[in-house]
Amino acid sequence: MSPTAIRRPPPKEWELRLYIAGKTPRAIKAFENLRTICEEHLAGRYAIEIIDLLEKPTLAKGDQIVAVPTLVRRLPEPVRKIIGDLSNTERVLVGLDIRERAAV
Amino acid sequence: MKIRRTRSGTAIGIRKCPTGIRGLDEITKGGLPQGRPTLVCGSAGSGKTLLAMEFIVRGAREFNEPGVFMSFEETTDELADNVASLGFNLPVLIARKRLALDYVRIERSEIEETGEYDLEGLFVRLAQAIDSVGAKRVALDTVEALFAGLPNEAILRAELRRLFRWLKQRGVTAVITAEQGRNQNLTRHGLEEYVSDCVIFLDHRVINQIATRRLRIIKYRGSVHGTNEYPTMIDERGMSVLPISSLGLAYRVSTGRVSTGVATLDEMFGGKGYYRGSSVLISGTAGTGKTSFAAAFADAACRRGERCLFLALEEAPAQIVRNMASIGLKLRPWVQGGRLRFHAVRSTLYGLEQHLVAIHKHVSEFRPHCVVIDPITNLTTVGDPTEITSMMLRVIDFLKQHGVTAVFTSLTTGGHAEQFSEVGISSLMDTWLLLRQSESGGDRTRLLYILKSRGMAHSSRIREFWLTDKGIRIDDGARAGVRK
Repeated sequence: MSPTAIRRPPPKEWELRLYIAGKTPRAIKAFENLRTICEEHLAGRYAIEIIDLLEKPTLAKGDQIVAVPTLVRRLPEPVRKIIGDLSNTERVLVGLDIRERAAV
Repeated sequence: MKIRRTRSGTAIGIRKCPTGIRGLDEITKGGLPQGRPTLVCGSAGSGKTLLAMEFIVRGAREFNEPGVFMSFEETTDELADNVASLGFNLPVLIARKRLALDYVRIERSEIEETGEYDLEGLFVRLAQAIDSVGAKRVALDTVEALFAGLPNEAILRAELRRLFRWLKQRGVTAVITAEQGRNQNLTRHGLEEYVSDCVIFLDHRVINQIATRRLRIIKYRGSVHGTNEYPTMIDERGMSVLPISSLGLAYRVSTGRVSTGVATLDEMFGGKGYYRGSSVLISGTAGTGKTSFAAAFADAACRRGERCLFLALEEAPAQIVRNMASIGLKLRPWVQGGRLRFHAVRSTLYGLEQHLVAIHKHVSEFRPHCVVIDPITNLTTVGDPTEITSMMLRVIDFLKQHGVTAVFTSLTTGGHAEQFSEVGISSLMDTWLLLRQSESGGDRTRLLYILKSRGMAHSSRIREFWLTDKGIRIDDGARAGVRK
């Protein structure tokens, strides 16, 4: 594993998908939490796609979504999933592999 | 509270959703509670997935009720392959929009949990699947896998409660499978707390090295149901549950007669032979000629142009045919002509349930007028006496329902009283013919008498008989035998 220092990847190396089911307070909170974290750690190098399953129910199958909100890190690979409203910043960073587990 | 019933025994108020699984609809008096979830629990390998799948497939094929099968353990390809051997063609049903499959995969190691969530994703998927085919039936197999995948049990429990409520609101009939728990808990995660309208328990155990399956309805709210453990079989046509009989003792009885195959014996039964549709027991010690009498009966049936099923549990069919030819009974042409069908199997090869199912299957396919089981006593090697009795009861009931005349031979072991019937089934038999031997003056003579024959006048004398190359010859009474 690389050390805590963040490598300098090309722009939009981070492709994130946030699955929600309706614009619920929890969904809005999750999105806000995510944006804050990304701005702080991945500024300029990330793209967030929001998928509302109430509008596109067929998409739930592809990414194996069960819980909402679910954040899927599609890039960089491997795919990772984080469920919940993303309020625990430390765990989000670990889940996205922005911060190494050992460093937590 | 007194439950009013319709003629079929269905409680008014509860609508039933037929499963199409042989026997299950009989013991549930019509099927699962419609529009409600049913819990199916049991140990690994007890057939939970199969029951759930058969419920969905038969719903789609036979009852015009499309279904959704949501699998948490097997992928859709695996599922399709596994049930293909049962004649369930899932890809075709999917293509015709009669079935939707969804494989829900949750890998705990891939999931990080941060903050609050719910399982709306699962609801969305289920709703989407239901809407895509207009499903009336849903199977969740097994939703408990979520416990392994999601760390927060409190959320999961609240969500499962919501899920089962939601299924009810959608009005779908659902089957939810769950693994059997330890310490006599029905399920590992206590799902019975949430799904309590109907609970079915499947059991799979090994007794005397022979696997037996059982099914029991533990609970069925608002409905009468059979409470026994029912033998269950899984074969190439799916699952079947074998009830003693939903019709009880209400079968039609015939006053018609059929020949025993031996003219003199017919005479002993008031000149006409056995009652059609009755059960006949021929018992005796080894070498008294039980199989010969059974074969004579089979031969007579074929002569009348009827079909006869001969279940040979001891001898190979070829051997029976050869041996019977030596006493003038030519069975081979009947076999070749399709009137006589042999089903030969070592009794120990199967469990009792499988024997029972084999009999069911042959009778439904071949639709014989007459059945011979030779000898039923061989079955005692594969079950304890109470099981044998309950199985024989099922066989006799089943054959009577179909109006089949049945002849059973029974081997009496030396030392027992002649009337002692090992299988304990004599009371189930309408007619009992007893064969015995006696030794006197350096000769062994064969004797027979009718121990009982319900509802007809019959001879009560002990007669001597001979197995000759022209058939069974019974002393016509001129040389009177020993009086009973």
